Amino acid sequence: MTDLLLSQIKGGNESQFGTDEYVVNLGPQHPATHGVLRLVVKMDGETVKETIPVLGYLHRSIEKICENRTYPQCITYTDRVDYVSAMSVNLAFALATERLMGLEPPPRAQWLRMVFVELQRIASHLLWMGAFAGDIGALTPFLYGLRERERILDLFEMTCGQRLTYNYIRIGGVMIDILPEFVPKCRAFLDYFEPKIAEYEELLTYNPIFLERTRGVGLISPEMGINNGVCGPSLRGSGVACDVRKQQPYLYYDQVKFTECLEPGGDCWSRYRVRMREIRESVSLVRQCLDRLEPGPIETKLPPILKAPPASEIYSRIESSRGEMGIYLVGDGTAKPYKAKFRCASFSNTYVLDQLTRGWKLADIMAVLGSLDMIVPEVDR
Amino acid sequence: MTGEKIIQTIAAFIHQILGAAGLSGIIFIIDPVLCAVAMFGFISLFVMFLVWMERKVSAHMQSRIGPNRVGIFGLLQTVADAVKLTIKEDVKPIHRDVIPYTIAPILAFVATFAGMVVIPFDKGIVVQDLNIGLLYIIAITSFTVIAILSAGWSSNNKFALLGGFRSAAQIVSYEVPLVLSLVPIIMTTGTLRLGGIVDYQAGHRWFIFSQQAIAFFIFITAATAEANRAPFDIPEAESELIGGFHTEYSGVKFAMFFLGEYIAVIVSSAVAVTVFLGGWLPLPFLGFLHLPGFVWFMAKLVFVIYLIMAFRWTFPRLRVDQLMDFGWKVLIPIAILNVLATGFVILLLEGGV
Repeated sequence: MTDLLLSQIKGGNESQFGTDEYVVNLGPQHPATHGVLRLVVKMDGETVKETIPVLGYLHRSIEKICENRTYPQCITYTDRVDYVSAMSVNLAFALATERLMGLEPPPRAQWLRMVFVELQRIASHLLWMGAFAGDIGALTPFLYGLRERERILDLFEMTCGQRLTYNYIRIGGVMIDILPEFVPKCRAFLDYFEPKIAEYEELLTYNPIFLERTRGVGLISPEMGINNGVCGPSLRGSGVACDVRKQQPYLYYDQVKFTECLEPGGDCWSRYRVRMREIRESVSLVRQCLDRLEPGPIETKLPPILKAPPASEIYSRIESSRGEMGIYLVGDGTAKPYKAKFRCASFSNTYVLDQLTRGWKLADIMAVLGSLDMIVPEVDR
Repeated sequence: MTGEKIIQTIAAFIHQILGAAGLSGIIFIIDPVLCAVAMFGFISLFVMFLVWMERKVSAHMQSRIGPNRVGIFGLLQTVADAVKLTIKEDVKPIHRDVIPYTIAPILAFVATFAGMVVIPFDKGIVVQDLNIGLLYIIAITSFTVIAILSAGWSSNNKFALLGGFRSAAQIVSYEVPLVLSLVPIIMTTGTLRLGGIVDYQAGHRWFIFSQQAIAFFIFITAATAEANRAPFDIPEAESELIGGFHTEYSGVKFAMFFLGEYIAVIVSSAVAVTVFLGGWLPLPFLGFLHLPGFVWFMAKLVFVIYLIMAFRWTFPRLRVDQLMDFGWKVLIPIAILNVLATGFVILLLEGGV
């Protein structure tokens, strides 16, 4: 007996009753990993030793496909990069192409783009809120978030006929002008929506269990965030100013008033707070943009075949719902991009997952993963 | 005519028939079998109603409509689901441990179902009013932990195993505050018989309206945890462990676990109603209605179950270590203090000091 105890103390894993690390595959089919992300988790009991994200289950080589399509054709593929926030990716690609070719869309098109991108941000954050709450076990906020998101999708559908992949923001402008009843309907929605944000916050923000699960969990220090390329609301949750709309204003973001939402905490709760505040900011942004809408053309006149100047390149970035969305394009004088590279926020944000979850519990993986707001097609492209 | 008399009349009638058929020798077998069949029929129907109710409650809380296609108000939806589960293929993992894998769902169901034996639905309407009823319920319902643990172990699945271990830790931890919350009641009433506890409340205030309200909240919290319901549903946490201990179960076996979980909710709510809410007694200010005690009991039961459902659809899930902390560091100290305080009050009132 004594020998046995001694061997246990000395031997650790080699002893008769030793413990062993084991590997759990979360995904690619798992109710908590949004889409087909696979996490190989090494665990000791409930404690996580290592989290290895395995990517590529949704890889469709969109960047390579873009190299074989003309610039306007590529827009359709950008919809599929981030299906929860398709407008942002549309915009990112359209802006990059316009900058590459020196095009300037008319003001009405720019304001319309801002309206739709900000509405898209609200819709994306709403879906995120629901999914995040669902990850940590509260199933009801998901339905609340979707209820309001549905109204936004109705507005989109009214304008461009689509609810998920819009293909609305085109090179040189937008696809089609809004209907006359769009503006009153949009305002009515915003008036209806603003009190609802308070409703979500009432349900979640200071819920003791929610606080317990999210406060202090998944701490990203500012240095760690910057070093690992975390961006967007996830980095702003650590108190680092990184909003591209402020730093490098595109469209007319320099002509509207909004504050960059920063929270000092760096934990899941701060990231949640940042996104909830961003929803409010976006509401005010949409209102301002609607005020500034004036009649006019919605498209610039484009040449019949859109060709980039020879040996030209551009890296253009915007603030998508998930963070910095960069498009790198190389033109070679033909109608097709020589090289296209999408820099997606989800991909770089997923990178910190391992560091954030080491030593924490299995359930914290879900909370952290949810709070980073990653979308698998954007990771894999 | 009270419920007790109806039951007695029916029993006398059956005994008479049996006697006429010359089978009075097997009455001692027929009686329990009939009781079990009646109880099972009642419970099955009630569970079906509860599943429907849970869907409607959750739908209402999530601003949805809920089931409304099968039958009036979707009442037959659960029947359709039950039929689906029964005729579904029973998918079994190849490397399972056959015996525990097969026994676990049965045990999960039987252990909770056996708890119904001592629940008094009305004065006299009880299968067996044991003089150690409370102790019996606590003991028999803890058997579920064995069922869940063996289900998790025998499935040969890491998620199921984790779920089983979580469940074992959780049920064992929450058993303590559960029992401790009932101790003051036993001290006050001096009986473990559930009928006796209700009788005591008929003469005094209900325990929920006395200083034992705190015990009620401890009991409801611990009972929710015992039944693996959200926010304490970590053994089957969907977003972490897929289905937890019942990941590898399908068809009838899954239905047994499902049934077991709902019966566990019914049993613990029934105990809460009996012990804290005056069982079959009418509400103090509605006594003039002269409704049968059974109706009062069921109304209170549905109310308590509604509370548990409302918890489920509003709260996020606790993490496993936070759950343990909450049980050991919050609930148990409060429960022990409550026991001490109650003892002190009893001593003072009886002038024993």
